[in-house]
Amino acid sequence: MAILAGKQVIIVGDRDGIPGPAIAECATSAGAEIAFATTECFV
Amino acid sequence: MPVIKGVAYSLVHAPNILFHNGSTQAMERIKNPNSEYFPKLRNQLRSFDAAVGYAPNQAYIGNIALGDLKAIPRPWYDKSLEKASRFGKFGEIMPEDEFYGLIKIVDSFDLVILEAGFSADVKAKLEKHELIGDVNLARLGAGKDAAEIQKLVGAHTAEGLYIGDRLVGCVRQAHEVDETLSAHVMLENLVTKASSALVVLQLLRNSGINPTDVDYIIECSEEACGDMNQRGGGNFAKAIGEIAGLVNANGCDVRGFCAGPSHALLNAASLVKSGVFENVVVVGGGAVAKLGMNGKDQVAKNMPALEDVLGTFALLISKNDGVNPYIRMDVIGKHNIGTGASPQQVMKALVVDPLTKLGRKITDIDCYSVEMQNPELTEPAGAGNVPEANYKMIAALAVMAGEIGRPDIPAFGEKHGLPGFAPTQGHIPSGVPVLGYVREQMLAGKINSMMMVGKGSLFLGRMTNLFDGLSLVIEKNPGVQEEGPQLNKETVRQMVAEALRDLAQGLK
Repeated sequence: MAILAGKQVIIVGDRDGIPGPAIAECATSAGAEIAFATTECFV
Repeated sequence: MPVIKGVAYSLVHAPNILFHNGSTQAMERIKNPNSEYFPKLRNQLRSFDAAVGYAPNQAYIGNIALGDLKAIPRPWYDKSLEKASRFGKFGEIMPEDEFYGLIKIVDSFDLVILEAGFSADVKAKLEKHELIGDVNLARLGAGKDAAEIQKLVGAHTAEGLYIGDRLVGCVRQAHEVDETLSAHVMLENLVTKASSALVVLQLLRNSGINPTDVDYIIECSEEACGDMNQRGGGNFAKAIGEIAGLVNANGCDVRGFCAGPSHALLNAASLVKSGVFENVVVVGGGAVAKLGMNGKDQVAKNMPALEDVLGTFALLISKNDGVNPYIRMDVIGKHNIGTGASPQQVMKALVVDPLTKLGRKITDIDCYSVEMQNPELTEPAGAGNVPEANYKMIAALAVMAGEIGRPDIPAFGEKHGLPGFAPTQGHIPSGVPVLGYVREQMLAGKINSMMMVGKGSLFLGRMTNLFDGLSLVIEKNPGVQEEGPQLNKETVRQMVAEALRDLAQGLK
């Protein structure tokens, strides 16, 4: 997961998949800076 | 124990409302009024007969069982069921012209105007409808000149009602400047009211309940009715009950994005369980905004615009009759504020936690009803097969619990799941559309238990990043329960607690 260390990330999560906050938590633990995170509903 | 004593499910075929008023189309019209999408969309709108012959629609109104739908190879849209019918045991698929008549019938403020010739044609059709009585039929009126309607629509003080290129009516704004009473909002709200009234009338017929015996109505559609001083003031529930003749009922509106029906059902069951009311109607009407929601992708893939029906449902929740399936009130799965957002946490809260409380395994539940969107509507837009994704998530939890092996995940969905079949009307697919089928299966002794899982995207309202979910366990009725208190573990616990409390009071 070193590929995310020191990087800024934009996250678009899916309510029926992986929501934004869950992805953000993972990305943060991998050293990323969250520039923007959201969850969208596609149904 | 509250039971599901009656069900009704109906659709309204609304290709012209889709074309003119669906939110995807409305946004495109603002951003790109000369978009190539519109002529393509126009060509790919389905006929009424095609919508009736569409297998998922026939499943929705109860003409084919969900198990039989699963056996029909996809795509479903390129074939029409031979024995398809407008009417089914749960409800009907109403054509758009008759529905315009119904919008006029439910209009209490003279906002809806139908062209005279069109109104007469519709009246002749609705006279044959078994649920539209003389009182309601009389509200259709004589209609007005086309020129008057044209003038109002041209002045942007009314939304047009069309059949193809023909302007057959309009819905006027209810206020000059209040956006919550604009013509667009009034159209959306009158569509919700009319489609809800239709399905409540069907519920009364299906269940056989006397309209005067309904105590309370909980409405859980997607719109808000109110004015600029109280945007969601309400309420649809009493407005719908008034049309359906539920003269002894009060009611309220419950919202929760797509989880609205789950919350409404929980509230209805709680009112019955507590003994406050004996008969509570839960009703959800159609959502104009979501018509054609994924239309661009469907049209781009040369498919028909499949999101052309408004979805509705109504349930009668009553005190235990010893026959109908009952809703367990001792275990409610809920996504709490502190639950978290990971899929694992969400599904644990909604599925595992309530079952653990019951001492049951995930595989002990015969059938799960999740987000039951028809995959044919969502896959072209890249949203995948939503029910299948939900079943995989539940199966993954069963793997983690050691109940099944990882290779058994697809088989779990086959055994405990059902095919997605509901229109993408938001609240309509959310757990609730399966209840009609499951109720029948339980009454026939083929299913013993189900879990209904409803989810809602609260974050869309931009008040919180939270989402929402609520689950209910529904079981086959074991038969009439004995009257009076029964000596069980809970009763003894309560008796001991009361005795200790009395003792403590005496020591003060």
